[in-house]
Amino acid sequence: MIEIIVDIILLTLLAIMAFAIIRMRSLFGVIMLFSGFSFLSAGLFVVMDAVDVAFTEAAVGAGISTILMLATLALTYLPNVNKEEKRPTHKPWLPLAVVLITGGLLIYGTTDIPAFGDPDAPAQKHVGPYYLEKSLPETGVPNAVTAVLASYRGFDTLGEVTVIFTAGIAVLLLLGGRRKEKQENSDET
Amino acid sequence: MKHNLILRVVAKFLIPLMFLFALYVQFHGDFGPGGGFQAGVIFSVGIILYALVFGTDVAKQIIPSGVLKVLASLGVLIYAGTGVASLLLGSNYLNYSVLGSTQLAGQHLGIIVIELGVGMTVMSVMLIMFFAFADRDNKE
Repeated sequence: MIEIIVDIILLTLLAIMAFAIIRMRSLFGVIMLFSGFSFLSAGLFVVMDAVDVAFTEAAVGAGISTILMLATLALTYLPNVNKEEKRPTHKPWLPLAVVLITGGLLIYGTTDIPAFGDPDAPAQKHVGPYYLEKSLPETGVPNAVTAVLASYRGFDTLGEVTVIFTAGIAVLLLLGGRRKEKQENSDET
Repeated sequence: MKHNLILRVVAKFLIPLMFLFALYVQFHGDFGPGGGFQAGVIFSVGIILYALVFGTDVAKQIIPSGVLKVLASLGVLIYAGTGVASLLLGSNYLNYSVLGSTQLAGQHLGIIVIELGVGMTVMSVMLIMFFAFADRDNKE
């Protein structure tokens, strides 16, 4: 019962925040609202007992992304230019139609989804039971999520780490270079 | 923000706690929520908070960008190297069971080592990104 109330409160706040993000024109405010949106999502994940996902969402979504977006805003800030988002010049009827149709189809699709936590759902019948039964005797790690991430799906996690590493290299290539060298190069060419 | 007394005091109080929590998340990931990824992010946020309050130049004296690049690469190397180690010991890639005397010991060692690699890479890459953005701002 209490979970339903918490769910309703969190989802209502999420919807309010989403509308505020759409309506707000101040980019700084939008970034702050994004952070709050992530934090509310983390709260929802906690209610769904997905604490590891909630942890990541709170640390990365609400924390690091906000800092990086604020840094981008500071980077692109020009003193004489208004920091507000420009108003669109055309009426957004086509995007609105696309969003409404997609959203309608998705809501229609939820009618076929098994109930939350249903033990007969296909997701619970595949490899889930194996991991839950065997992860402790096979790896000795009580947290099944860690066992799956680090051991059973070690390959995927290696891929994820490589993706993060590549992202770091890409940022260094794009932003890390020294400006003086660049100017010298452009003078030569 | 260098002259804001309250920020400085609160940051000095919070940053050690953040590092401690990051280490807890890193090494307690086997038993509770968390792991290398979250620990790396929390650790980097501690340093970012320091950089925000005391300036990026001071923060870079603690952890120079050269060290960060080495750490980021070393993390991936540790992870991939664990896989190679299990290959050399006669098993499949990233099968940690052969790393220890028993299967459980091997799995435990392997998971701790690769989580350490994940944490190192995530922490350094987040800082590399932050410093790349922050430094760019200073030069303009």
